[in-house]
Amino acid sequence: MVRSTGIMKRVTKGVLACASVLVLATLASSCKRESRTLRNEPPQRGLYDAARESTNEPGGKLPKIGMPSPAEGNAYAISQGQRLFDWYNCSGCHAQGGGGMGPPLMDRRFTYGSQPANIYDTIVRGRPNGMPTWGGRIPEFQVWQLVAYVRSLSGSEPSAATPGRSDGLEKKTRAQLQ
Amino acid sequence: MIALAGFTQSAVNPAGPQSAHIYHLWHLYLWICVAVWVLVIAFLIAGLTRRRPQPQTPDTKLRRSVITATAITIGILFFMLVASIQTGNALATRSFTKPVSIEITGHQWWWEVHYQFSQPDQEVVTANEIHIPVGRAVILKATSQDVIHSVWIPNLDGKIDAIPEHVNTIWLRADKPGIYRRQCAEFCGMQHAHMAMLVFAEPEPKFERWLADQRSGARSSAGAVVMRGRQIFENAPCLLCHTIRGTGAAGTTGPDLTHLASRTTLAAGTMPNTPGNLAGWITDSQRIKPGNNMPPINVPSEDLQPLLSFLESLR
Repeated sequence: MVRSTGIMKRVTKGVLACASVLVLATLASSCKRESRTLRNEPPQRGLYDAARESTNEPGGKLPKIGMPSPAEGNAYAISQGQRLFDWYNCSGCHAQGGGGMGPPLMDRRFTYGSQPANIYDTIVRGRPNGMPTWGGRIPEFQVWQLVAYVRSLSGSEPSAATPGRSDGLEKKTRAQLQ
Repeated sequence: MIALAGFTQSAVNPAGPQSAHIYHLWHLYLWICVAVWVLVIAFLIAGLTRRRPQPQTPDTKLRRSVITATAITIGILFFMLVASIQTGNALATRSFTKPVSIEITGHQWWWEVHYQFSQPDQEVVTANEIHIPVGRAVILKATSQDVIHSVWIPNLDGKIDAIPEHVNTIWLRADKPGIYRRQCAEFCGMQHAHMAMLVFAEPEPKFERWLADQRSGARSSAGAVVMRGRQIFENAPCLLCHTIRGTGAAGTTGPDLTHLASRTTLAAGTMPNTPGNLAGWITDSQRIKPGNNMPPINVPSEDLQPLLSFLESLR
């Protein structure tokens, strides 16, 4: 009797140890790191069709709504986009989002659409009256980073991914102002 | 990967007055610490091997030795403090005229170098390599574009942090000609280890010649292949970030390439500046230095050789 209690204790201890190891292993593996690709594709000329601005289509096919952005809600992409915004001189015309020669980016009024795919197309194809064509010069992954940053200026990116203190101007939502 | 011969990076081989001060202080501390350690170990061994004293031994003897040991320790610490303050004072004392003024800006992960002169047309911009005249004082102004880096040339000076929106200043002088390696001394991200710089201490005339060379614009030869390479450079995304004075390229994000071929290393001391390494860097820089800010570039194979010829001609 005494002996069997001893064995029971030992078995319980073993089970507990195994269980705690399993729990720790699960916890460790469930800590998901934001993944970062280092070797990206180089910029390509042409081949851009992220969004459709018009529903007109010969043959009456349904228009594509838009390509999903791989950088959406990604904190690293937004901060990297912020650096690129200055490096590629976007700030030369759009200032830090407040606008100048180019339209402001802090409001949600985008002439050519505010969805990530629309902004992507605007950067890559250029737009009339001054927006240059960046396709073939800025690689695709960096354009998506710029898109994420531009959207964060008007508060369109999830607040969990945007920095608490931006280097430039930033549109505050009513909740943030209070 | 690095097969560069002929440079040193050592704090115990001073080549100038600043590093000599630091080296002497280090030597003093070393020998004091060695002496203290030997004494402590000797007393410890004596205490372990000595016979246990009688329980009736009076406390006064023990007390006296504790007081003596404390007094000696405080004395030594004060001596070291005074020596340290004297060294700091000597490092901060500036008694020189006509220094060379160099502003160094840390970027992730390379160094921007800016020789400052009162006349704007005398100024020189380069990257990842500085040349200084032997026997003349140099003022280094360190700042940063992104995160905190640190400037340290162990053979020549102490460490100085490069802080964004702030300029730290240090002066140094090289008394012996040579090539001294410098390493970023503050962890600054993925490629912190690949953020070195070579410092060339040269005789004054050689330095002045180098300066005059660097002041001029790009002087590439006018061969057909080189001209084709220049066209490729100006039409590729290269010019968004790099400057080559005398061409249409005026980007300020990446290192100035006006005299790229005159530099000894590529990618901030990562590898020797050879055409093969340069080709590898242009086509797949992320394999050589993962995480660096040079994006992948699509250079068609027939364009790569002319582009390399052009870049290699930028002496």
